[in-house]
Amino acid sequence: MKMTNMINLSINGIAVSVEEGKTILEAAKKLHIHIPTLCYHKDLCVAGNCRVCVVEQAGVDRLVASCATPVNEGMEINTNSLKVRNCRKHIIELLLAEHNEECTKCYRNGHCELQTIAADLQITNQDFIDLVPDKQYSVDSYSPSIEKDDSKCIRCQRCVRTCAEIQSVGAIAVAHKGADMKISTFFNYSLNEVVCTNCGQCIVHCPTGALVEKSYVEQVWDAIADPEKHVVVQTAPAVRVGLGEELGFEPGTRVTSRMVSALRRLGFDSVLDTDFTADLTIMEEGTELLTRLKGALLDDNPEVSLPMATSCSPGWVKYIEHKYPQYLPNLSTCKSPQQMFGALAKTYYAKNIDVDPANIVSVSIMPCTAKKYEANRPEMKDSGYKDVDFVLTTRELAVMIKQAGIEFEQLNEENFDSIMGIGSGAGIIFGATGGVMEAALRTAYEIVTGREVPFENLEIKPVRGLAGVKEAVVPIVDVLPEWSFLEGVELKCAITNGLENAHQLMEAIDRGDRFYHFIEIMACPGGCLGGGGQPFPVDDEIRQKRMDAIYSEDLSLALRKSHENPEIVQIYKDFLEKPLSHKSHKLLHTSYVKRQPY
Amino acid sequence: MTTKTKQLNRIDLIFKHEDDCKEILKKSFDRSHEEVINEMVNSGLKGRGGAGFPTGLKWKLTSEEKEKTKYVICNADEGEPGTFKDREILTRVPHKVLAGMAMCAKIIGAKEGYIYLRGEYKFLVPQLREELKKFHQIMDELNLDFVVDIFLGSGAYICGEESALFESMEGKRGEPRNKPPYPTQCGYLNKPTVINNVETLAHSYTIMKYGAKKFRELGVKDSWGSKVFSVSGDTPIPGIYELELGMSVQDFVDDFGDGDTKAVQVGGASGFLVPRKRFPKSHIGYQGKLTGVSLPTGGSMMIFNSSRSMYNVLDNYLDFFQEESCGQCTPCRVGCQQLLKGIKAVKRGDKPAAYLDKLLKLTETMRLTAKCGLGQSVANSFSSIVENFREEMIY
Repeated sequence: MKMTNMINLSINGIAVSVEEGKTILEAAKKLHIHIPTLCYHKDLCVAGNCRVCVVEQAGVDRLVASCATPVNEGMEINTNSLKVRNCRKHIIELLLAEHNEECTKCYRNGHCELQTIAADLQITNQDFIDLVPDKQYSVDSYSPSIEKDDSKCIRCQRCVRTCAEIQSVGAIAVAHKGADMKISTFFNYSLNEVVCTNCGQCIVHCPTGALVEKSYVEQVWDAIADPEKHVVVQTAPAVRVGLGEELGFEPGTRVTSRMVSALRRLGFDSVLDTDFTADLTIMEEGTELLTRLKGALLDDNPEVSLPMATSCSPGWVKYIEHKYPQYLPNLSTCKSPQQMFGALAKTYYAKNIDVDPANIVSVSIMPCTAKKYEANRPEMKDSGYKDVDFVLTTRELAVMIKQAGIEFEQLNEENFDSIMGIGSGAGIIFGATGGVMEAALRTAYEIVTGREVPFENLEIKPVRGLAGVKEAVVPIVDVLPEWSFLEGVELKCAITNGLENAHQLMEAIDRGDRFYHFIEIMACPGGCLGGGGQPFPVDDEIRQKRMDAIYSEDLSLALRKSHENPEIVQIYKDFLEKPLSHKSHKLLHTSYVKRQPY
Repeated sequence: MTTKTKQLNRIDLIFKHEDDCKEILKKSFDRSHEEVINEMVNSGLKGRGGAGFPTGLKWKLTSEEKEKTKYVICNADEGEPGTFKDREILTRVPHKVLAGMAMCAKIIGAKEGYIYLRGEYKFLVPQLREELKKFHQIMDELNLDFVVDIFLGSGAYICGEESALFESMEGKRGEPRNKPPYPTQCGYLNKPTVINNVETLAHSYTIMKYGAKKFRELGVKDSWGSKVFSVSGDTPIPGIYELELGMSVQDFVDDFGDGDTKAVQVGGASGFLVPRKRFPKSHIGYQGKLTGVSLPTGGSMMIFNSSRSMYNVLDNYLDFFQEESCGQCTPCRVGCQQLLKGIKAVKRGDKPAAYLDKLLKLTETMRLTAKCGLGQSVANSFSSIVENFREEMIY
């Protein structure tokens, strides 16, 4: 076993001992000494470019960036010397001089890291020359998901590193140099026209309001206020474990029933659950998988593409359309739960409550910014109308709750409306990486063998957790007669979260290094719970807490398997007939397009 | 007016016509690595690009690294305003530069070397390719597995900064890296790398040929040897000159000035401006033995006479820096813009004269906190010009 060397140093006169290779910033954290940072983010590689975290090292004339400087034996650090204070103040003043300081008009007002540091340092007499008027800054608001306002950018490159390192997309990068240096896209095209997957990870990693989601809050208020409209809202599983963070709760607090109650108070006519269509997705996608397996294993049909990949994550769908279009036949044709819900809201649901679908406004609350894009895809009109009218992020829902003056913590706990308001635990876990896989296995295994999956409490642990790539092999034995071709088959599965991991997995599959039957891919780290529409800030610790909350919600329910959801049984009986029926195909399945790789 | 006392010695080592690279290399290959490193260390040669890191030590540190793959890179991204000596060296004596690279490669164990050539020097490529053919022939004959290729820059000043240069070579945007780690441990492709200026490598050849002792007959303690200077501005004799280190700016001006010299910019835009009253006490060389102010330099000497407005000079430098900063770190990117707009505002009367003091404090912050040498050194010219010619900034 390798022993880690401990390094002794002192910070502000206090001795501390940390592992070799740690930075001054990490050592200071251990002593609860706060050093302000901007370009630093736990999720990302160190850049050391904002210089806000500079500290003084005894014997060294220049200040050192604490985020980028490894500790040395005997180092003496001062984080609060006159030299440090003067320089740090200057650096913030410089950033403010380049920054659009209209804080009260900014979406990030109150959530902005630059604003916080400026307030902490009491920068009240900033008299450097305002550079903003000369900059000809522009706002890119053409994307249905993301707005990019260069006037608020502090050039920390957190978004650039996020897009490249976590997501392997590279839609945004640094262009030009010196005074003209900016974060830009391919030929400065709109985010709408480039390889951007709309995942919004750049937004959750941006310290300021330079990157924000396109907001549809006003449109939703208008719809609610319109007496002609029946406004139905669906909420994704990850929202209920993230929303609390925006409203004064600790990360990992489950606020499902309070959220339902808040949505009702906001004036939505019907508060429904995306978990219902998550269960429906399992029925359709599980059946699709079994059909593909039959085609490949029994019929030897060369046109069947394996592995089958999940299609719930619209960021992943756009990624594969751009980067691996040759694998589009592998993508499940199932729409995401959001879009299945939308298509059913204006058909099945409308008929059921006897409302003209033209008067239904379908709103969804998502942990995701790519869902805004997905709802706007031209093919998403199978109900005869736009299936989902407006998509709000978890953060936008929190905005509405605050705007309405609702004291969230005082709310009664209420239940979803019906129909389309019942979801199983299998639907809930869609919000975590590995959840779709687990939910699908719970149902498919039972269909094929007539028995529950052989895991205690139905918890398929190998597919859970924050690891980038997870693999599972499920041996299928003692099958029911009609599935005899699956007897003895070892079902090979892989799960990834974050598109860089997806990239690695696709490369391994492409090289022929790996073979799988079924892969689950989520665009965001941790899955939807770490989505681009979730509260600020985020890191692995917070993602883990949200994940724990999701699994405890699953465990707390009596209903844990999609195929046992009574509303699912009912919809197949009354409306869809059976999975992959003609009607299912029309409403619940979709197709994909090849896109350019830049 | 001081009277002209003596003319500075013109040295003829670098450009001397010598065609014995193969023999010199063979001689050095026959010696132990330790011996060669000691020779280099004893010579006292310091980096001629301007930063002045001891060359022997750089080679020694890199030779001690355990990695199998290492690189030698010749930094020919000569972009400092007012320097043009590397171009001349590569034109007239490229074989000496290559010989220096081969010596270094042998010692540190590098199999590949690169000349990172400034984009504007593209015209040198054909003749350098010819020279490389001859060089590779010699490498074959001497049985050294070492190949040199040319990497052409694209015109960014910042890519002369060694870590930005590596990034550029790796196909990335030319932005300086965090240090540590230093290139000797983690350079091009994250492998141990020696990166030396063109002139430094040519001097290495000279030291191998004539010995450290001979090299130290020139210059003064801590600043041994000769140096190639690019002399420009208000001088009747602009051009390239090889002179001993340690000379005073006064002696330099007596020799090269036009009789009306007001100030000399030593080391280009990133160096210091020396006003007339400081000529006698300012010396060209590295900190140490020299009394008064010692000025290390990459070799740019810009002479200004009394017809020049120092405001215009500074405005010009700052315009250069605000464009050539890579833009990644806050103090350099925004600082340069503030300095330029700031002096303009003072000149126009939009800001009071006291604003210059705020800007001086800002340059101190830039010196202390900028990520690389570019941002750190803007303070040099700014403070030396503003402090010495304050009235020219205001009126």
